[in-house]
Amino acid sequence: MIGPNKREGASQSRARLSDHYQAWLRHHRLSAADSLHRVLDTPLASILTWLVIGIAMALPVGLNVALDNVSRLSTGWDSPAQISLFLVESVDLDGARKLEKELSQREDISEVTLVSRDEALEEFRQLSGFADVLDSLEQNPLPHLLLVTPEQAELPEQAEQLRQSLEEPPQVAQAVLDMAWLQRLNSLMELSRRLVLAIGGLLVFGVILILGNTIRLAIENRRDEIVIVKLVGGSNPFVRRPFLYTGLWYGVGGGACAALLVSLSLWFLQGAVGPLAVLYESEFQLQGLGLMGGLNLLILGGLLGLAGAWVAVTRHLSSIEPR
Amino acid sequence: MIHFDRVSKRYDQGHDALREISVSIDRDELVFLTGHSGAGKSTLLRLIMLMERPSRGQLVVDGKNLASVGRRGIPAHRRDIGVVFQNHQLLFDRTVFDNVALPLVIAGYDHREVGRRVRAALDKVGLLSREQAMPVALSGGEQQRVGIARAVVGKPRILLADEPTGNLDPALSAEIMTLFEDFNQVGVTVLIASHDLALISRLRHRIITLSEGRLVTGGEL
Repeated sequence: MIGPNKREGASQSRARLSDHYQAWLRHHRLSAADSLHRVLDTPLASILTWLVIGIAMALPVGLNVALDNVSRLSTGWDSPAQISLFLVESVDLDGARKLEKELSQREDISEVTLVSRDEALEEFRQLSGFADVLDSLEQNPLPHLLLVTPEQAELPEQAEQLRQSLEEPPQVAQAVLDMAWLQRLNSLMELSRRLVLAIGGLLVFGVILILGNTIRLAIENRRDEIVIVKLVGGSNPFVRRPFLYTGLWYGVGGGACAALLVSLSLWFLQGAVGPLAVLYESEFQLQGLGLMGGLNLLILGGLLGLAGAWVAVTRHLSSIEPR
Repeated sequence: MIHFDRVSKRYDQGHDALREISVSIDRDELVFLTGHSGAGKSTLLRLIMLMERPSRGQLVVDGKNLASVGRRGIPAHRRDIGVVFQNHQLLFDRTVFDNVALPLVIAGYDHREVGRRVRAALDKVGLLSREQAMPVALSGGEQQRVGIARAVVGKPRILLADEPTGNLDPALSAEIMTLFEDFNQVGVTVLIASHDLALISRLRHRIITLSEGRLVTGGEL
């Protein structure tokens, strides 16, 4: 091959490494622009694809945002957990006052209220309607009671921990935390989260299949072109690239659609939530996706698009060979 | 440049397309390949550009034993060979310019170099003024010349043509053959499959004749 009349073409058909990198970069740019053009050239079909992907993604994401709001709402309620300390009978009023003072100095407790056994009896007498029965008792059966409001008990686990620590002093007979409803709500939320996760997983799978099918059609439409490109020396990665970008554009567009849909429905809901919050004298406001959430949706959409395109491309592209 | 050493090709259905073919084509040669349809002309060309693999025998192209070229090496191998197809194989949704530019885009040339080379190739085949036309707007002869421009734009050392004058009238066919002779003049090894014996026998180049997959004449210099 190496002869005196070695021509220019021979050396130029073997590009150097940096040229290879330049060429690779150039083709990426070209493929990205070309696929974007193709996607935008058929606006109706592309918008439909974007919407399908957007709706599929918006459903789990929207549910998740709703759950976040509910959990924010439930922690925002005042004194979610009040702990009642029933003292041992042998503790007298002074002992109870002393314990009250001690406890109210703890950092994790915001407020301690002492209800003495006499006060409790009086209250009980008035409220229960058992005055006669109570009068016939020889002595007051009620113990002193301390009502403890935790400083912060956003998580039921924290409240439960505090309750356990409050049961330790010998003066305390029993510490009761009324948090059954909190636990119920919490397990309900946990269940919902798992449900959302399952739905999300299914829909992610669905989105990949939808995109895979869309890309498969695009590949079928350009079968002749692929054959020709392979005939004149296009490699598999070269042929694959535009389709991966097509998937990326569909995915990113779908993610944008999903972000838009979630924001729209939140805006729609806010109209109803606002007056309701005012009625409850709460300053609660729906929290949306935020900028990062929106960006994450775009990225997630892009990744799903790439995944779908990859599935289609690996399944269908290598089978197209010049015959 | 191209050496067949007792190459046979048997298709899966048991049809023997080529039997024990030994042919050598030198650098700078222009060789015609002829025979009835089904004689194995196309198979021979397909073996050279690795659209098929030989069942037996050895094939060396441009100093490279093709048995050593793996699947991944096929695209690079094809980029070193210019091919003109009987049915043109043009992209009908792209302009003439883009069609001719395709091999250069694949090879990764920057757009200035692409423009320069594509125009030179189009000028060579006399289609410079039609660079922005779509292939459907061209006649059969013009489409074939676009195919030729695309085959030579990467300056390959080997040019293969499968029935390049298949659907053209005699005057156009002669014109196309003259083009191939011009490329051969500047040092390109040219192998043209054609059954137009009247035309090729006038041109005074070596003629390899195949019949039912066997070499009849023209195997060696």
